[in-house]
Amino acid sequence: MSDNTAKNTAKHTAKALVLPVALLVAFEVWARATHLQSDSLAAPSDVVRALAEAFADFSILIATRDTLFSAFTGLAIGSIIGLALGIAFGLSNTLNRLMEVTVEAIRPIPSIALLPIALIALGFGYRMEIVIVAFACVWPILILSRAAVRSIEPRLMEVSRALRLPAAQRVWKIIIPAALPRIFVAFRLSAGIALIVAVTVEIAINPIGLGAGIMLAQQALRADLMLAYLVWIGVIGYALNIVLVVAQRRLFGRAALSGDSA
Amino acid sequence: MKAQVKAQVKAQGTANAQRQFDPVAGHPTPQVAFADVTLDLGGKTIIENLSLGVQPAEFLCIVGASGCGKTTALRLAAGLYQPTRGKVTFDGQPMREPRREIAIVFQDYGKALLPWRTAAGNVSLALEAGGMPAAERPARIEELLRTVGLPGHAGKYPAEMSGGMQQRLQIARCLAQEPKTLLMDEPFGALDAMTRQGLQDEVLSLVAASGVTVIFVTHDLDEAIYLGDRVIGLLPHPGRIGIELPVNLPRPRDQLSTREHPEFLRLRRQLFDFIKATEQ
Ligand SMILES: Nc1ncnc2c1ncn2[C@@H]1O[C@H](COP(=O)(O)OP(=O)(O)O)[C@@H](O)[C@H]1O
Ligand SMILES: [Mg+2]
Repeated sequence: MSDNTAKNTAKHTAKALVLPVALLVAFEVWARATHLQSDSLAAPSDVVRALAEAFADFSILIATRDTLFSAFTGLAIGSIIGLALGIAFGLSNTLNRLMEVTVEAIRPIPSIALLPIALIALGFGYRMEIVIVAFACVWPILILSRAAVRSIEPRLMEVSRALRLPAAQRVWKIIIPAALPRIFVAFRLSAGIALIVAVTVEIAINPIGLGAGIMLAQQALRADLMLAYLVWIGVIGYALNIVLVVAQRRLFGRAALSGDSA
Repeated sequence: MKAQVKAQVKAQGTANAQRQFDPVAGHPTPQVAFADVTLDLGGKTIIENLSLGVQPAEFLCIVGASGCGKTTALRLAAGLYQPTRGKVTFDGQPMREPRREIAIVFQDYGKALLPWRTAAGNVSLALEAGGMPAAERPARIEELLRTVGLPGHAGKYPAEMSGGMQQRLQIARCLAQEPKTLLMDEPFGALDAMTRQGLQDEVLSLVAASGVTVIFVTHDLDEAIYLGDRVIGLLPHPGRIGIELPVNLPRPRDQLSTREHPEFLRLRRQLFDFIKATEQ
């Protein structure tokens, strides 16, 4: 049974890969045939070579470290703030009503619009980027964890009241575990956002990380290197998502199952 | 006759020590008391002028048609609802919030257990809430699981247990609170007849051993008579007391002989007529 499904998945993946691979080969042939000279395009083989060089001199690894450090730190800070607010708003209708207008007024501000202020306040470097990433990550976590807390089985809340569980234990032992599967979905969403925002800040202004790498390659008219960075960012985003999906399955296989039956 | 029933429980010792006597009236003060309690929910009166005293170590059963307010009355006793008018007291003190001495077994065990914790973990929750040091918990958990007939299931998750086992587990968690009063809301309503009878007898021996006061809600009239020292029938819309019957059947009760006892049959007839009348 599972052997069959595994085979089917493999077949499916193979099928899905046919078209992109064919396109790449066609593009390579075309680029070679026309002796492509461009500031924005490069033959796939040149891109691969540029990527290998960037690895060889560690430049892309250092850039990756800088981007991921900013993205993950911002994600962590934004998640903690978003989770704390989401739980508080989910538990207290009064607080939620008091803060609703404020939240709805701040939330639509594109995080990147904070750049000028953050730059003045914090200057170039990690801190400014982390703050902007954190701002971007707060909202999805806040909104989704608030919804997750509200949809917790009311009986569990009654159990915690009847047991006279102290407030901190109630949050830690009932609310967070009960809402965790849905909070994790929000976290996955925010992880993607964190990477996008970090790279955007670097492309726009911050002279560190993968975004700055792309800009440097562009200014040096190195289309191959620019695309190499682009491909690498894609690989990182893809890998990040896979890691989180696997983690989600590992962590919540059981909780998700029992959540369905309850 | 009531004293006879009590005598058996008293023999276990604890009940006697807990009993308090009202010096004025000369009889025991109730452990749980409703004084003219009215509760409005969503603009509707759900319970109206309910007055009721439950003596320490008494086993009180509440019956009534579906939707007549049994669960609501139990929630009032648990302190999960506050009355709109009137007063609910425990040992003479007003109930403003739930108390550790009152445990409640919910009808829907599937929703009342933590699906991400094992059986041991679910029992542990009550011990953690009571501040028991981690080192003392495993022994107590094992003891409680044994008490409710779940030895060897400590590592199972609720989803891996049958309905009867899940309800036993919920009872174990309630016992972990070391309650003076145990509230049970149709605890066996969703179980098959055999499991049900087994659990009825287990609850009776548990209660006899611990001297705990019980308020037991059921829509099964036979179950109410079989278990109770007293049965109260509620009238619907709004919920209020329609009938009150002392059950003078000898203890320990027995699934065969008790149910064939003439007194059992008489009470059954009386309750049956009452419920039939409320449904018209
Ligand atoms: N939170 C609530 N808001 C409004 N009405 C409620 C609420 N809870 C229960 N009721 C109503 O109160 C009545 C009694 O409910 P309940 O105590 O659950 O009955 P029972 O347990 O006897 O079946 C029902 O008519 C029900 O619809
Ligand atoms: Mg009910």
